Amino acid sequence: MKYQSQAVAKPYFVAAIILFVAQILFGLILGLQYVVGDFLFPEIPFNVARMVHTNALIVWLLFGFMGATYYLVPEEAETELYAPWLARLMFWIFLAAAGATVAGYLLVPYATLAEITMNNLFPTMGREFLEQPTITKIGIVIVALAFLFNVGMTVLKGRKTVVNLVLLLGLVGLAVFFLFSFYVPDNLVLDKFYWWWVVHLWVEGVWELILGAILAFVLIKVTGVDREVIEKWLYVIIALALVTGIIGTGHHFYWIGTPEYWQWWGSIFSALEPLPFFMMTVFAFNMINRRRRNHPNKVATLWAMGTAVMAFLGAGVWGFMHTLSPINYYTHGTQITAAHGHMAFYGAYVMIVLTIISYAMPTLRGRTAANSNTSQVLEMWSFWLMTVSMVFITLFLTGAGVLQAYLQRVSEAPESFMVVQEKIALFYWMREVAGVVFLIGLVLYILSFFIGNREPEAVLEPAG
Amino acid sequence: MSGTFTKSMARNIFYGGSVFFFLLFLALTFNTTKALPERDNRGAISPVVAKGKLIWEENDCIGCHTLLGEGAYFAPELGNVYTRYGNSKEAIIGFIKSRPVDGIPGRRSMPQFNFSDEELNALAEFLKYTSEINTAGWPPNVQG
Repeated sequence: MKYQSQAVAKPYFVAAIILFVAQILFGLILGLQYVVGDFLFPEIPFNVARMVHTNALIVWLLFGFMGATYYLVPEEAETELYAPWLARLMFWIFLAAAGATVAGYLLVPYATLAEITMNNLFPTMGREFLEQPTITKIGIVIVALAFLFNVGMTVLKGRKTVVNLVLLLGLVGLAVFFLFSFYVPDNLVLDKFYWWWVVHLWVEGVWELILGAILAFVLIKVTGVDREVIEKWLYVIIALALVTGIIGTGHHFYWIGTPEYWQWWGSIFSALEPLPFFMMTVFAFNMINRRRRNHPNKVATLWAMGTAVMAFLGAGVWGFMHTLSPINYYTHGTQITAAHGHMAFYGAYVMIVLTIISYAMPTLRGRTAANSNTSQVLEMWSFWLMTVSMVFITLFLTGAGVLQAYLQRVSEAPESFMVVQEKIALFYWMREVAGVVFLIGLVLYILSFFIGNREPEAVLEPAG
Repeated sequence: MSGTFTKSMARNIFYGGSVFFFLLFLALTFNTTKALPERDNRGAISPVVAKGKLIWEENDCIGCHTLLGEGAYFAPELGNVYTRYGNSKEAIIGFIKSRPVDGIPGRRSMPQFNFSDEELNALAEFLKYTSEINTAGWPPNVQG
């Protein structure tokens, strides 16, 4: 840690990990409800557990992005953070808002939560991933503005690196596109159309800038490769991401009442969306092969490589699988979508946050560069358990999805939704088992923070 | 990537490409907005339909169901439930009303929401309106 104010990142990372645990526990509840339909019914209905699962994910990724920003922006800008107190204050406000919202989901029926928070005055609730009460959404905007102000002022007074500019651009985009969550017209088609301006332009747009910037930062640090080279790659990757991803939004406009020309625009551009992820894989491996030093934090390097590979598989390959409109006609809204969603979020965004945590946390906890070997080995075990089990979760959901699409939509005698669900239950059971393995990986991950702390730090090897 | 391809060229491709394709996206959005009245069944959006949509949202129906293929995959598609139930609002209302309070042992069940008759009617009207949106022939068959 080169600057004192980088320390504000630590509580953000801790909160991220705690919410990650909540997300996985509720994921296991959901997985079980798929096969034991009355599990926890009516106390925690599926939709409530799902809100906790998805909202916890989004919020912990945001905590992770903010923590990453507070950690790397001062170091890149070579100056202290503009207002560390503001970052600490916003942390507590964001945590309180997130905690209160989750408590609201779990303690009262959703309709009651809507009533308490006066949703009828300015209705924004009840849309997938944007279920938060309007007051929470306003809170998110306030936190985002304070955050952007703080980070923007820091960048302005310091060295302006490409990593910082790209990160800031991504974060501004994140805040700007979130504003569309306040637009909820009565017209369902318009509602859905602009809902994607938040959801798609986040995960297949501006979030990729954030991902690219964090990955570039970590690669500069662990490989020692010339910044000029890495920054050029970063520009090419994010250029491809936005050139394909913006019009690629069209792959959501096939069947929601929008004009049919979107089937062409969406298919062509989104078919190219794997390219930036492929470039990212090539980039990461290239930089590591050309490294000028061996960094003692081996596990952070492992996470960085893992991100590059899994983001390409999850977002790139699994996205491409069902993005062409003639295929999507049969797979739209099936378990294929769920399979893609799981591996893409894990591979791209979960793993990049775990990458920066892995890189930053040792220094935030007073080490010079890395944890002890014992701790790193345990963290590597957690990497493999979580990553491999996520691959299996994805494969099982894909199996379920292919069967579902066939039995319900392709076969000559299409069967009803619930009949098909029972026929594919075996795949849901296997997915749940893989989910338990994921949880074991997560437990090891958390243990790695508490084990080997008294042992000496892993040593810096001489240049290889 | 070395030699003649410089960082500033990469930067220009990023800014130029992003701005160009975002403007193209805006142009397509503008065109879509003009084309929508022919497709989105907006003539059917009465105050009752709007109320039905609010009830749909305030009970987080999307947390289990899909609507035009978007949402959760735990319960059936509802964009075409009106046609699946034989173009009958009564059948939809009857189904929602008859959900057991304690669920069905071992099986998935929709919660009992205790809606008033007025709310049930609004929900059914909303689902009828949704079923009449021009969705380019999706879903492939009545099973959704």
